Amino acid sequence: MSAWEDARVPESARLGSPSLGERLEAIWGDGPGLRGWIASVDHKEIGKRYIVTAFAFLVLGGLEAVAIRAQLAGPDLRLLSPEAYDQLFTMHGVTMIFLYAGPILSGFANFLWPLLLGSRDMAFPRLNALSYWVYIAAGLFMYAGFVVGRGPDDGWFNYVPYASREFDPGINIDIYALGLILLGISTTVGSANFVVTFLRTRCPGMSINRVPILTWGTLTASVGNLLAVPSVSLAFFLLWMDRQFGTHFYDTAQGQPLLWQHLFWMFGHPWVYAIVLPAMGMVSDGLPTFCRRPLVGYTPVALATVTTMALGFGVWVHHMFATGLPSLALSFFSGASIVIVIPSAVAVFAWTATIWTGRPVITTAFLFFAGMIVLFVIGGVSGFMTAAAPLDWQLTDTYFVVAHLHYVLIGINVFPVAGGLYYWFPKITGRMLDERLGRWNFWTMFAGFNIAFLPMHLLGVLGMPRRVYTYPAGMGWSATNLAISLGAVLFAIGVLLLFVNVWLSLRRGAPAGDNPWDAPTLEWATSSPPPAYNFAVIPSVASRHPLWEERLGESEGRSRLDEGLLLDRGRETIGTTPLDAEPDLILEMPADTAAPFILAVGLAILFTGAAGHWWWASGGGVAVIAIALLMWFWPRRVHADEPAEPAHG
Amino acid sequence: MAAQIPAAAVFTPASPMGFWQTYGPRADPVTALNWGFSALSIAVVVIVTALVVAGVATRAHRGAAPMADLPVVRGPGGMRWIYIGTALTLVALVGSLAWTVAVLAAVNSPASKPALTLEVTGHQWWWEVTYEGDPGESFTTANEIHIPVGQPVLVKLKGADVIHSFWVPALTGKTDTIPGRTNVAWLQADRPGVYRGQCVEYCGVQHAHMALFVRADPPAEFRAWRDGQLRPAPAPATAQAGAGEQVFVSRCGACHTVRGSDAGGAAGPDLTHLMTRTTLAAGTLPNTVGALLGWIEDPQSVKPGARMPPTYVPPPQLAELSAYLETLK
Repeated sequence: MSAWEDARVPESARLGSPSLGERLEAIWGDGPGLRGWIASVDHKEIGKRYIVTAFAFLVLGGLEAVAIRAQLAGPDLRLLSPEAYDQLFTMHGVTMIFLYAGPILSGFANFLWPLLLGSRDMAFPRLNALSYWVYIAAGLFMYAGFVVGRGPDDGWFNYVPYASREFDPGINIDIYALGLILLGISTTVGSANFVVTFLRTRCPGMSINRVPILTWGTLTASVGNLLAVPSVSLAFFLLWMDRQFGTHFYDTAQGQPLLWQHLFWMFGHPWVYAIVLPAMGMVSDGLPTFCRRPLVGYTPVALATVTTMALGFGVWVHHMFATGLPSLALSFFSGASIVIVIPSAVAVFAWTATIWTGRPVITTAFLFFAGMIVLFVIGGVSGFMTAAAPLDWQLTDTYFVVAHLHYVLIGINVFPVAGGLYYWFPKITGRMLDERLGRWNFWTMFAGFNIAFLPMHLLGVLGMPRRVYTYPAGMGWSATNLAISLGAVLFAIGVLLLFVNVWLSLRRGAPAGDNPWDAPTLEWATSSPPPAYNFAVIPSVASRHPLWEERLGESEGRSRLDEGLLLDRGRETIGTTPLDAEPDLILEMPADTAAPFILAVGLAILFTGAAGHWWWASGGGVAVIAIALLMWFWPRRVHADEPAEPAHG
Repeated sequence: MAAQIPAAAVFTPASPMGFWQTYGPRADPVTALNWGFSALSIAVVVIVTALVVAGVATRAHRGAAPMADLPVVRGPGGMRWIYIGTALTLVALVGSLAWTVAVLAAVNSPASKPALTLEVTGHQWWWEVTYEGDPGESFTTANEIHIPVGQPVLVKLKGADVIHSFWVPALTGKTDTIPGRTNVAWLQADRPGVYRGQCVEYCGVQHAHMALFVRADPPAEFRAWRDGQLRPAPAPATAQAGAGEQVFVSRCGACHTVRGSDAGGAAGPDLTHLMTRTTLAAGTLPNTVGALLGWIEDPQSVKPGARMPPTYVPPPQLAELSAYLETLK
């Protein structure tokens, strides 16, 4: 993005000229063929790729879970070797937490943000493409070790000293360390992009108190990531140095094993909020549409979102209650972890009140959102129990915690995402998902999930440790484990029904129309699927619910969707002021380019070389990166039909 | 094995690793907290679920009208839900936090001076247990801890290699054993019995097979056990056992110690009184002669990845070794 104070005052126009759409399509459309596909920087295209890739990783993580549950279905089973089991549970965690849960929300946010905000693209479209390509490179990198039997095998939180070279000498841990640093690049550039997009590209009139809650969720997650990811990238870099070059950051003689845990969880706990807050935002935006009323308590819910993340930076030690910390520290972090329940309670009561003071229309999306409230509360109260340090001494590292984290991650991520897919699939594809199959989908997932994970609380209180590849008979765990494994199969079938529904509906789903749910926000003012340029003229809004204004009769002004700024002299969108969203400047958006793809390939080569100590390859990777950056920053003509202008300022 | 009290006579909790019922002052206040928090949590889940279900049941639109035909109305009264709900939550949380801090203070240290100090070291994948005391009062054993009933016992926790976590749910919550640090826990059993524990921090391929047992006995029985443990192994009484000692020293002595013999290795468990233990390989096998000989010949099929290598001993020598091991009472 090259922004400058433009002498040109953009013209206003009314919709109606058919040639405008053609002109904008020519400006914004992707190029033909594979080259055009790779070079695309369209946020909708990137969002869809994120969603498809993240679901592919969800399937892989799910298959790993099925293998784990087969091994644990009965006592002393020997379907898997201990080493295979350790790699499976580690890859299951890594996949679900890093390669599914975060990226799927990036996918929805990428697709939706400019549509929600009345803009034509993210602030940095090329950075957006880079974020995706580096994400998939990091995912493939981490799976490369696993497919040859050398996957990470120390759990997703990878404690030292077990992760040190002395105890885990293979390349397994190096691949995880480098892969997560690589993924951190993707997360960082993606987060920076969301923050700037939020602050500068909202359409005129969309002041900061009129944005959808989803954008509050993603913004909060992004700020959290920018502050948290450096901690884990540093932690893994130091570990890699210890392993490869004999530094002493974590070793027991001269270093400090607990340093790892602090660095990891200073990142890890905010990350948990980063992968649920945007999903909670989906519920906050989607649920009211089906309740035929605005969300109860927009302001408290938005503030609760931000508060959760702020408090989330002060609770990491609750992952370390058993490490032998003094009582004062235990009391403080117990208190902080208990207090964090309050913003969650605000959201739960806001959603419940929205149902009670609205008139819900029971669709599949609504069922997923309403079901999420219940699962969120179950995951919330089990988190509250583990927040009490002395109680956590019993609960931690048992199946109680496994139950808790799955209620959080599946309940507050997978269920809203599934609901979000039913809600926004018509916008993304132009076709409705099947509602009848949808009911089967929801109830199978809901029943399977609870059969699989509710008994895990019991298993935890019966004392079964997590991360054991088998357990003896006679402990009172066997029948519960069998029930859990059967529930897991039912849950997997439920998820499969979601994909079946997508597959069938892509072919013969009912045409959606622009706004099948009669929803209130800007994305529903575009066609389904939206054109490459999103909005022919830039809309301006006067309330949180531009498409419901007439019926709510609350706002003084009126949003204007069919008349607005005409920006058709190249890839342009409007930049607005951070708080009030007053038009400020015309943003020149970049053309399609393969540079982000090439840069990601260069990074992958660099990291692969580092993993294998093929330093010549790493050098080659650096050269590729340099070429990509040259392409990226090569001066360009800003308007196709004009001579290149020098940028002012 | 003759020295063992038959298992049926010894109390063990019905759920060997469960902690909804506990048996000592380190664990009991936490158990009350667990019940209280569980009740509160279940109540919250039931109430919110009922609210959601009732809200949907009573408020839902019936019929198949297109959504665009349904009115959009900002119904009144929503904010009250947030005010009341959050206020009630706050009250419950403040009470919970106060209870938590009170429990923390209650279990922080034992009420009286510990009767005994143990040093427990986590190894991949077994527990080394040293009873502290003056020279001549101190000894080392493995995986089975005997304590006097009704008296607090201090446990110093160390890590030999990676991080493990010491946990005996019926008596105490978890404390990690971290290499380079010494953590301190304590426990007390108010009822004679055998309480199972297990490593609960993932520590490698055999994390699953790293159990330990705490046996609480009346003080006199405990003292008798301790006096037995303090003694070195008796000199073999038979020629066969004597030959077995030579086999043990040459084949096993690099890693294992038997006090009173020339075997002084420190990599594996001290086996001086092996036959007083009920299990082998940190709770993996029952301590029977057959299981023991099978374990010696092929530990990797029982506990893949265990640090103990397979040891082929030809049959005549195996019989001698077996005869010797059976004398380690």
